[in-house]
Amino acid sequence: MTNKKQDLIDQRLQDLNNDGVDRRGFLKCMAWAGTGMVWTMAGGIPASRAFAKGHGKDAGKKGDFSFVQISDSHIGFNKPANPDVTATLQKAIDEINALPSKPDFIIHTGDLSQLSKPGEFDTLDQVLKGASAKQIYFVPGEHDMLSDNGEEYLQRYGKGTKGSGWYSFDHKGVHFAGLVNVANLKAGGMGSLGHEQLEWLEDDLKGRSASTPIVLFAHIPLWTIYPDWGWGTDDSEQALSYVKRFGSVTVLNGHIHQIMQKVEGKVSFHTAMSTAFPQPAPGTAPSAGPMKVPADQLQRVLGITDVNYLVSGRNLAVIDSPLADAGPTTPVPGAAAR
Amino acid sequence: MNQYKVWIACLAAPAIIAVLLLIAGSPSAAASDQPSAANADVKIDNFSFGPQTLTVAVGTTVTWTNRDDIPHTVVSTDGVFKSKVRDTDEKFSYTFDKPGTYPYYCSVHPKMTGKVVVQ
Repeated sequence: MTNKKQDLIDQRLQDLNNDGVDRRGFLKCMAWAGTGMVWTMAGGIPASRAFAKGHGKDAGKKGDFSFVQISDSHIGFNKPANPDVTATLQKAIDEINALPSKPDFIIHTGDLSQLSKPGEFDTLDQVLKGASAKQIYFVPGEHDMLSDNGEEYLQRYGKGTKGSGWYSFDHKGVHFAGLVNVANLKAGGMGSLGHEQLEWLEDDLKGRSASTPIVLFAHIPLWTIYPDWGWGTDDSEQALSYVKRFGSVTVLNGHIHQIMQKVEGKVSFHTAMSTAFPQPAPGTAPSAGPMKVPADQLQRVLGITDVNYLVSGRNLAVIDSPLADAGPTTPVPGAAAR
Repeated sequence: MNQYKVWIACLAAPAIIAVLLLIAGSPSAAASDQPSAANADVKIDNFSFGPQTLTVAVGTTVTWTNRDDIPHTVVSTDGVFKSKVRDTDEKFSYTFDKPGTYPYYCSVHPKMTGKVVVQ
């Protein structure tokens, strides 16, 4: 990692620290382009760091683990913004497999496909088969529900789930809930969880100790980023009211193809990069359509997210990594196109 | 005063005649004010329908064309019509046989809304 990158991380940490909560050392985020994101779970607070530095140093204590978030692979997309989305997904998987500490599992936060076609899901499965982490958790994006109310998606990835595909699971003391906010969308609205799912979530969280670290993941952001482009979820406030009593809540989303984050009390919100193509920063383009960047810069605006959970540190670290080194240019997605 | 009444009569008479003709089932008499029944287009560009409000005559076939790099749908809010997902350059057509206002949206990106007014 270059010094420039570390400076950027430090600057971002400084910004985050303005809310009065000391996250330095465990919350670092990198706005890179083109890959995924590594999350470190350490006592339930998320932190993001660069792949190359620090990762692995904190790991190793009993109960520590990491998982990786990938998002918006849009298999089937073939427009100029990225004519080969399968190759960039493969690159993301290569990055994951090269991580110094092997993630326990992968979370895909939706838009697996471009058009919900069986062949697109087949291609996705084929690429994901090569991941060293064999367990993959999915939630659908709106692109995965384009035909037959998401039947194709649910048959493949929704076994054992409720309603339009929501579910929860526990891993080494952390409780995860995968939510669906892309089904039955109403005219003029944004993302929607719906009454049935909200009731389920309330019930699912009831009775759990407030010290249990909670991770909510869904495709469309569960916080309002830009209503004009529908970048938010109409009834997310209700869902978030159920997690208020917990000491550590991490919300992971995709959909907007760029890193955004916010810390509100005990709740950390984070959106991941796409593995397929970038989208413009809110309001910087006529619409949220795919953003074309020079071919040699594409992998800087795609990425993965590594999340690390450290029992000793009582926090969760989030590390965003682009598919390619951002180099000396600004690594903030959206800035690249301006 | 008389002049004023004459003016009113002059203005009112054609309107009354037009209304009578409409009632009599001869809308052609008012054709100059009405959109003609034919074909009309709505373009989908940058996550929006253009024109957002389209006014057409009864019997008009409206064709939507998706010109975005992202798939969209055209779905009547009241369940009157519903397209399959339309990828880049794909079209959807619907013929409006009854007068009324038909609000619709993209079920993939519900912030995208439009309406067809059929007269």
